[in-house]
Amino acid sequence: MTLTHVTRAAHPGQPGVRHGHLRKLRTSDWVVLGLMVAIPTLLELVLVWLPALASIGMSFGRWDGIGSPTNITSAGWSNYDYVFTNYPPFWPAVLHNIIWLAFLALIATPLGVLLAVLLDRKLIGTRIYQSIFFLPVMLSLALIGIIWELQYSSDTGLIDSVLGIAGTPHSIDFLGNSNINLWAALVAQTWRHAGYVMILYLAGLKGVDPTLKEAAALDGANGWQTFTKVIFPVMRPINTVVVVITIIEALRAFDLVYIINKGTNGLELLSALVMQNLQGEGQDLGVGSAIATVLLLISLIPIVLYLSRTFRKDDAR
Amino acid sequence: MKRRNNPGTYLFLTVLALMWLVPLLWTLYTALRPYAATQQRGYFSVGGGMTFANFASAWSSGFGTYLTNSAIITIPSVILALLLASMVAFAVSRFTWKFNTTLLILFTAGNLLPPQILAMPIYQLFKNIPLPLTVADSGSLLNTYYGVIAMNVGFQIGFCTFVLSNFMKALPEELGEAALVDGASVWRQYHSIILPLCRPALGALATLETIWIYNDFFWALLLVQSGDRLPVTTAINNLRGQFVNNYNLIAAGAMITVIPTLVIYLALQRQFVAGLTLGASKG
Repeated sequence: MTLTHVTRAAHPGQPGVRHGHLRKLRTSDWVVLGLMVAIPTLLELVLVWLPALASIGMSFGRWDGIGSPTNITSAGWSNYDYVFTNYPPFWPAVLHNIIWLAFLALIATPLGVLLAVLLDRKLIGTRIYQSIFFLPVMLSLALIGIIWELQYSSDTGLIDSVLGIAGTPHSIDFLGNSNINLWAALVAQTWRHAGYVMILYLAGLKGVDPTLKEAAALDGANGWQTFTKVIFPVMRPINTVVVVITIIEALRAFDLVYIINKGTNGLELLSALVMQNLQGEGQDLGVGSAIATVLLLISLIPIVLYLSRTFRKDDAR
Repeated sequence: MKRRNNPGTYLFLTVLALMWLVPLLWTLYTALRPYAATQQRGYFSVGGGMTFANFASAWSSGFGTYLTNSAIITIPSVILALLLASMVAFAVSRFTWKFNTTLLILFTAGNLLPPQILAMPIYQLFKNIPLPLTVADSGSLLNTYYGVIAMNVGFQIGFCTFVLSNFMKALPEELGEAALVDGASVWRQYHSIILPLCRPALGALATLETIWIYNDFFWALLLVQSGDRLPVTTAINNLRGQFVNNYNLIAAGAMITVIPTLVIYLALQRQFVAGLTLGASKG
């Protein structure tokens, strides 16, 4: 497919284009260039986009997943009908995903930004602080789940032990109690997310013209005013990235709840429900695909907003 | 600029930093204590000595195999993802043709999807791709390293392409022109001119992707059934079943899993941070 695209490529008059090259290319160069694009693109289509489309297709079908795919029968909208009206964990999962997003957006991300702003000043030992806050970013969420279980366990965990109630009837079962386990998981997620945001924001702050801050200080602005009126507006590109990362992380949340209890009993998330319907006893591929499609459609909103913003600028350049 | 920092800032940061370290320190402390001592005195206690016995037990229960599996999956995945991504990035950033923005969007957006969306079709696809038994004892891509490598590559190519194409766009245009005038082929231009100039970006991405793919939990969970083929990040999920209520062993296993990332972190922290911010510096 790619070679034909290349031959139509010249865009004279568009700024910054490298159309001059194409006319000088030899046949062998066309082939090489074509393959360089075709192989990765094929892989991306087969492993990412066609499966995504297949999930949408399967959401209108019925199949137990056993035997050949020719056994798939049409189900119309019945899978969606079932998921929206008759499948108890669905709406709790939607709510939990929203809470997950709200918690990250209102607590974890602002905490990361605050750390970045504080550490961007000339502090003694700023690199040590940065390293400490950044440490959990290196860890997998699966491992973070294990590490926090050691803190949260009701019989031997650190928190209950410090409170002196570990192993007693008054102990707090942070991960087993469905009223609080979502919040416990979010604290663990924040441990990682804040450091991630901090490091991104710090990199952005380093690029801010220091004279801006000086001017603000001369005008008598305090730290808060300098940040909201001067720094934040010029940080727009990084702000966008941070917002997108926050939304995507909230939609992708899976590993942590899977490690804790496979996403049940107060920890239902859309991603976990997809998996519960794809394997094991509750296997219903149509229902799982319907939930996957809902998750896909929600995810496409921030993705499209972000990419249209990023690549529009690209074209204008 | 000098801004005076009040003691409150230091106090806040220090308290928070200590809180940040507590979970890891508690895990390390638990891992270093003999099981008998914690049974007798409780986990929240001192005394009873320190030991590496938990690490030895955890290691002999399979962590050597899991870490090897992680290496077998991570190293080829990183190399392939960077190689393939650099080729697309080269084609779309150094040459202009009609669909290169579309292509870039396709790759970048693919990396942002929640992977669970792809789980069912990928599982069925891999189950139904027959492989000769000499290549895979499952007769398909399921339960093989190849399957996990393929998904890691497929998923990470997007991010690498995005970062590398931005990097290559910033290289002077004349480089390619001069090479073409000299009669260099497209491949030579890619291989001998552009790639060497991308070394900083490639180094940063390689570090970042090594950590990310090592940390990947999901693809092996979906695609690998037999325990002795699991990479360590997915295998730790089985720890609790394996070491029932022996928190010392669980903690030791967790610490063993941290070691490779910690080594990379200490050795290549700047590369890792550079990789993260490379992706974000464009907006």
